[in-house]
Amino acid sequence: MNKDLLNQEAFFLDELPQRLENYQSARSQLIPILQMVQKAIAYLPAKALGIVADYLEVSAAEVYGVATFYNQFRFNPPGKYPFKICLGTACHVKGGEIILENVERKLNIKDGETTVDREFSIERVACVGCCALAPVAMIGETIHGNMAPSKVEGLFTRIQIEKEMAEREKQKNES
Amino acid sequence: MSPDNTQARQQYDALCQAAEAKRAAFEQAPVPKIHIGMATCGIASGALDTRAAFEETLKERGIAAEIHSVGCHGHCYAEPVVIIDHPASGFPPVFYHEVTPGKARMLTKLFLEEGDPRFEHVFGATVENEMIPTVMEFSRFNQEKRIVMEKCGQIDPESIDEYIAAGGYAALVQTLGLAPDQIVATIKSSGLRGRGGAGFPTGAKWEMAAAVEADAKIVICNADEGDPGAYMDRTILESNPHQVLEGLAICAYAVGAGRAIVYVRSEYPLAVRTLRTALAQAREHGLLGAGVLGSPFDFEIDIFEGSGAFVCGEETGLVQSLEGQRGMPVHRPPYPVEQGLFGQPTVINNVKTLASIPPIVEKGADWFRSIGTENSPGTAIFSVVGDVVHAGLVEIPMGVTLRTLIFDICGGIPNQKAFKAVQIGGPSGGCLPEALLDTPIDFDSLTTAGAMMGSGGIVVMDADSCVVDVARYFLDFTQKESCGKCTFCRIGTRHLLDILERVTTGEGREADVGQLERLSADIKAGSLCGLGKTAANPVLTSLQYFPEDYQAHIEEKRCPGMMCRSLMTYYIDLDTCARGCDACVGVCPTEAIFTTSTRKKGVDQQLCVKCGECMVACPPEYDAVRKVSPPGLAPTIERPDTPRKPEKP
Repeated sequence: MNKDLLNQEAFFLDELPQRLENYQSARSQLIPILQMVQKAIAYLPAKALGIVADYLEVSAAEVYGVATFYNQFRFNPPGKYPFKICLGTACHVKGGEIILENVERKLNIKDGETTVDREFSIERVACVGCCALAPVAMIGETIHGNMAPSKVEGLFTRIQIEKEMAEREKQKNES
Repeated sequence: MSPDNTQARQQYDALCQAAEAKRAAFEQAPVPKIHIGMATCGIASGALDTRAAFEETLKERGIAAEIHSVGCHGHCYAEPVVIIDHPASGFPPVFYHEVTPGKARMLTKLFLEEGDPRFEHVFGATVENEMIPTVMEFSRFNQEKRIVMEKCGQIDPESIDEYIAAGGYAALVQTLGLAPDQIVATIKSSGLRGRGGAGFPTGAKWEMAAAVEADAKIVICNADEGDPGAYMDRTILESNPHQVLEGLAICAYAVGAGRAIVYVRSEYPLAVRTLRTALAQAREHGLLGAGVLGSPFDFEIDIFEGSGAFVCGEETGLVQSLEGQRGMPVHRPPYPVEQGLFGQPTVINNVKTLASIPPIVEKGADWFRSIGTENSPGTAIFSVVGDVVHAGLVEIPMGVTLRTLIFDICGGIPNQKAFKAVQIGGPSGGCLPEALLDTPIDFDSLTTAGAMMGSGGIVVMDADSCVVDVARYFLDFTQKESCGKCTFCRIGTRHLLDILERVTTGEGREADVGQLERLSADIKAGSLCGLGKTAANPVLTSLQYFPEDYQAHIEEKRCPGMMCRSLMTYYIDLDTCARGCDACVGVCPTEAIFTTSTRKKGVDQQLCVKCGECMVACPPEYDAVRKVSPPGLAPTIERPDTPRKPEKP
C-alpha cells in the first residue's frame, strides 16, 4: 500500500484541530467542515469524525449520523483509479448495470469498495449529464461514453499500458 | 409611491455602455469566432479536447481567431457543438455537431484557412441566408420556445458583461423603481407556478412571505437537483448563472429579504465554480452588496454546497440540511415562508422559477400569460433521454402534447422500433402508454394522468424495454433516498422494492399485484413529504397502464421487453451461425461461448451473464444470436467434452 498516502492522512489529521479554527463552532458549519475534510483526504476516517465532533461539541454519533445521511460522504478511501459507473435513468435503460457488474467481476470488489492495494475503487453515481452517450463510465474525471461490456477490458488495458509507460520513462530518467 | 431608481438607472446605463462596447469590439473584430459549448454535457462529450485541438491548430497555422466558450445549447445528441462565424469567407455563422478534435483540425484548415465550410459536416446556419439552410428548419429548433434558456449557449457564462450586453439586469433596475408589492402583484398575475415539480403558485408564496413581519428574511435558490435523470438546473447554472441571480435579487426585493443562499449540489463542481465567478463579478459591478446599484436595497448571496440527498429537494428538508442536521423534512405548518431557516421567514424557489422572473418583470405578466396554457402559463424544460433520436434539453410552451415532444421535436424512436412507454417526472412521476401520448404537458393534466411534472426528466422507452424493471429502478432509488422518518415510506418502499425484485426475477406470486396496490396507497397516505407521497407513482402508473406486463412476469415468468435478465436468455441459432466464425468468442467477458462439434458456437448458460455483447458482435449477415423469454425456450446445446483440437495448418 502507498506509504505516502498514509503519511499524508496522518499529517492532515494531526493538523485538523488547527484547521477547524477557521470555522465557527456552530452546528450549521458541520456539513461544510465535513466537505473540507473529504476534499483534503478524499474520505472521512473515523478519527476525523471524532475531532470534528469535539470541536463542535456534539457527540460523534451525531456527526456520523449526518455524514451517513448524505451521499457525498464516503468512509473508505477511494482508489488511485476510481471507477464511477453512471446509473442515472438513461444509463440504466441502456444497461449501465451490466457495465457495473463487469467492472465488479474484473476487480473482484463490489460497488462502494476499494481494492486492498488502493489502486481501484468502484462507485455508482447518478446522472453525470451526458445521457446521449449512455451508458457512461468515469475513471476519475475522464468520461468514457457509449460503454459496452467488452470495452471494460480495454479500460484496464489502457491503465496498464499507461502505468508501464510511466515506469519505463522513470527508468529512462534514472539511467 | 414608487421609489426613485434614477441613480440605479444611471449606474446601470454606465455598465451597459461598457458591456456593449466590449461586445461590439468582439463582434466587429475582423477575425473568425469559434463558439464552443462548454457546459458539463459538452465537456463530457469531449469539448475540452476539441477546444485544445482548435487552439493548437490555429497556433500551428498562424491563423488569428477568437475562441469563445459558451454554455450549453441543450442539444446533447449533437455535442460537442461548435458554431463558427467566419465573415471573411462570405458564409453565415455555421453550426457544426459532434466536433471531434480531428474535425476541429480539419475545419481550422479547410474553413478558417481556405474558406470551405465542408457542407457534408454542416448542421445548419444560425441566421437566414441564401447558401446554407438554417437550423431553424429543424423542428428541434423551431418548435421550442425559450424563455429560461434563451441566452444559454449564446453567452459566456463567466462574463457578466455578455449578460448585461444581452439585456441582463435590466429587470432588476426596473424592479428597484417599483414598490415591492407591485412586483409581487406582477408575479401573481403572471400565474407563474413553481418549477420544482409541485407547481405551487410563486406569487402566492411571495405574498405570504412579504406579509410576515420579521427583522430578517431569507430567500433560497433550490438547485439541489436530485432526480438521477434530470440536469436542467445544472445546465442553467452553468450556462447563464446571472439570470438566476437576477431572479433571486428581484425575489429578495419583493419579499423584503436582504440575504439569499444558493443551495447547489456539490456533485456539480462546474456549476459551483461558475456561480462563484458570477457572484464575484456581480459584486464588482455593484449588483450585490450594500446598496445595490446605489439604491437603498442591500443584498448578499452565499453559496451552500449540498451533499446530495434527494429528500433535500423538499423545502423543509433543505432547511434542516442548511442548519447542519440530517435533511429530514418536518411538519408544515409552520411553512418556511413563516418560519424557515433559523426561524426566519424563508422563500425557497427552484432555479427555473427564479430564471423565469427577469423576463416576466421586463415583458409583463400578460406576455407571460400568452405563452402556455390557462392554468400553467409559461414554458417547461425537460431533459428527454432514453430511446429517442434527439436527446437533450428541450424548452417548450406548456400545453404541447407528449406526442409532439417525443416524435416531432425529439425525432422519435431510433432503429425503427415501436414506442412502448414514456416515464415522466423521474422518481415521483409515472409511466404513460401510447394511448396517453396526446396528453398536453402541464401541471394538472399530468397529475390527472397519474404522472407528475416533477423534476422534468423524461425517459422514452421503445418496445425492448420493461416498465416493471423501470418501476423497480425508481423504487430502488426512492427506497435508498427515503430519510426514514415516516414508517410507511421507510418500510413500505422497502417492501415495494422487495416485491418488484421478486417479480423481475421470476419469483412473483399471484397476490403480488394486489399487495403492490395496497402498499402504494398506504405509503401515499402515511407519508409526510412529497418524496413518500409520490414514491409509489412509478408502480401505480405502470400497474394501471401495463397490467399485462406484470401478468407476463408473474404468471408466465416472461419479460416482454426482455430486459429482466433472470427471465431471459441468449442462445445461438445453429441454422444461421457460420462455421469457423469467432466474432462472439472474443467479446464474451466470461468465456461462456464454446465451439460445438460442428464448429459452430454455443452459449454455456451456467457461465453466461447475459450482457448481450455476443449479439452486438455477431456479423449482421449471420445474425445468429437470439434473445428469448422465458429462458426455457432456448434450445440446449451441449458443450463437447473435449474441446476440438486446433486444426493443423
